Amino acid sequence: MTDFSLETIRKGDKLALSRVLSRVEADHEAGRAALDALFPFTGSAHKIGITGAPGSGKSSLVNALAHHLRRAFPDARVAIIAVDPTSPFTGGAILGDRVRMPDLQNDPGIFIRSMATRGALGGLADATLALSQVFDAAGYEYIIIETVGAGQAEVDIVNLAHTTIVVDTPGMGDDIQTIKAGILEIADILVVNKADLPGADQTYRNLAAMIEMGYRGTGRINGGHHRSANAPTDRPEETRGWVPPVLKTTAVTAQGIADLMNAILQHQTYLRATNAWHEKENAAMQLIVNKLVLEELSNNWKQNLAPGLYESVLRALRQREISPRAAARALLAYNSK
Amino acid sequence: MSEKKIRVLIAKPGLDGHDRGAKVIARALRDDGMEVIYTGLRQTPQMIAEAALQEDVDVVGLSILSGAHNALVPQVLEKLKENGQNDVFVFLGGIIPESDIPGLLALGVKKIYGPGTDTRVVCEDIRAALADRA
Repeated sequence: MTDFSLETIRKGDKLALSRVLSRVEADHEAGRAALDALFPFTGSAHKIGITGAPGSGKSSLVNALAHHLRRAFPDARVAIIAVDPTSPFTGGAILGDRVRMPDLQNDPGIFIRSMATRGALGGLADATLALSQVFDAAGYEYIIIETVGAGQAEVDIVNLAHTTIVVDTPGMGDDIQTIKAGILEIADILVVNKADLPGADQTYRNLAAMIEMGYRGTGRINGGHHRSANAPTDRPEETRGWVPPVLKTTAVTAQGIADLMNAILQHQTYLRATNAWHEKENAAMQLIVNKLVLEELSNNWKQNLAPGLYESVLRALRQREISPRAAARALLAYNSK
Repeated sequence: MSEKKIRVLIAKPGLDGHDRGAKVIARALRDDGMEVIYTGLRQTPQMIAEAALQEDVDVVGLSILSGAHNALVPQVLEKLKENGQNDVFVFLGGIIPESDIPGLLALGVKKIYGPGTDTRVVCEDIRAALADRA
């Protein structure tokens, strides 16, 4: 490791930071070593996830929000990780989120990094979490993570972000869409963006009604994941859990952005004041370590596989001599000898 | 992910609003498997260099049709160097008079492409230039 030093990154050297981000993203040995060295310095940033359908205005919302955060807290630096999809056919990608962030280009306290998914599903890239850790260790107080344009099941962001914002827009479907499982139920804050368009009030009412249903009733329609210990009751004043607010914004004119920032700060306070922060951290750590264990196991297994075994088992499988499960067991059992 | 992805910044410095050429190149590089960061219209040299720095790109492509290349390109090159990005492959596309080309190449622009350039040539030039990198 020649041109990387922990000190330079923590002092705010952007070139050093940028290069470490690349190494970490590439998952090379040097990147892994950097991540190991930086890890003790992580844990203080507040990570904000922004997700929603393609074209719902996520990038514009990030632009307005980061701009607002910087004006409200001039000493706090803001990092932005913007994820766009990799082409499954060519491996290439157009990363175009910067186009929507003109207000942030000349601000020395903002660092925008674009990422391609590189084959990962779930709305993020495999290395998004690792990149957020680098920014965290580098002293960025707020890290905003913008997912790819998400549909109904790209919910990985919830495992990474402390505060997840789901962006909806007018005209995206009737109220039955709001009670489906998936992306809406991961929201800590719901935003109706493009609120100047016709139908915004209807969308707002649908979302508000969904929240009402999930949090006032006895059911757990809306995401037990926030409040595993606090099931909702009929009496909201006794519910200590977080009820996601529904907000209207028009990102391009910054309408409603102050309210959005305040909601984020309130959620941050709520997480810190209750056990929820630790629960989130705990869940995130489990996921990280489980993923790494599986990776290592899988690599070890591949390295120790007897030559030709895989092919012969596959042949037996093709000829229906053994079942897929028996094949897997055969591969693992031989391997352990 | 063992193969290092080539990261390219495509930017339009200055005031002309014609970004079709920039978008065609961005698309061609994407189809060649590169990661292309597109920054949009009316970028200052400062903004372009800052974006190149934050994105840690290997390549910067500038599209200029306004005639202001002799004013803008040197500033971009200078700011890239100021930021420590000395090894970035910078290419230029657009309407560049023949007589201006030697001067721009001497400043450090690696390739200059005019109208009608086959996009495959651009991809090949980039891959050839970066081939000897780690």
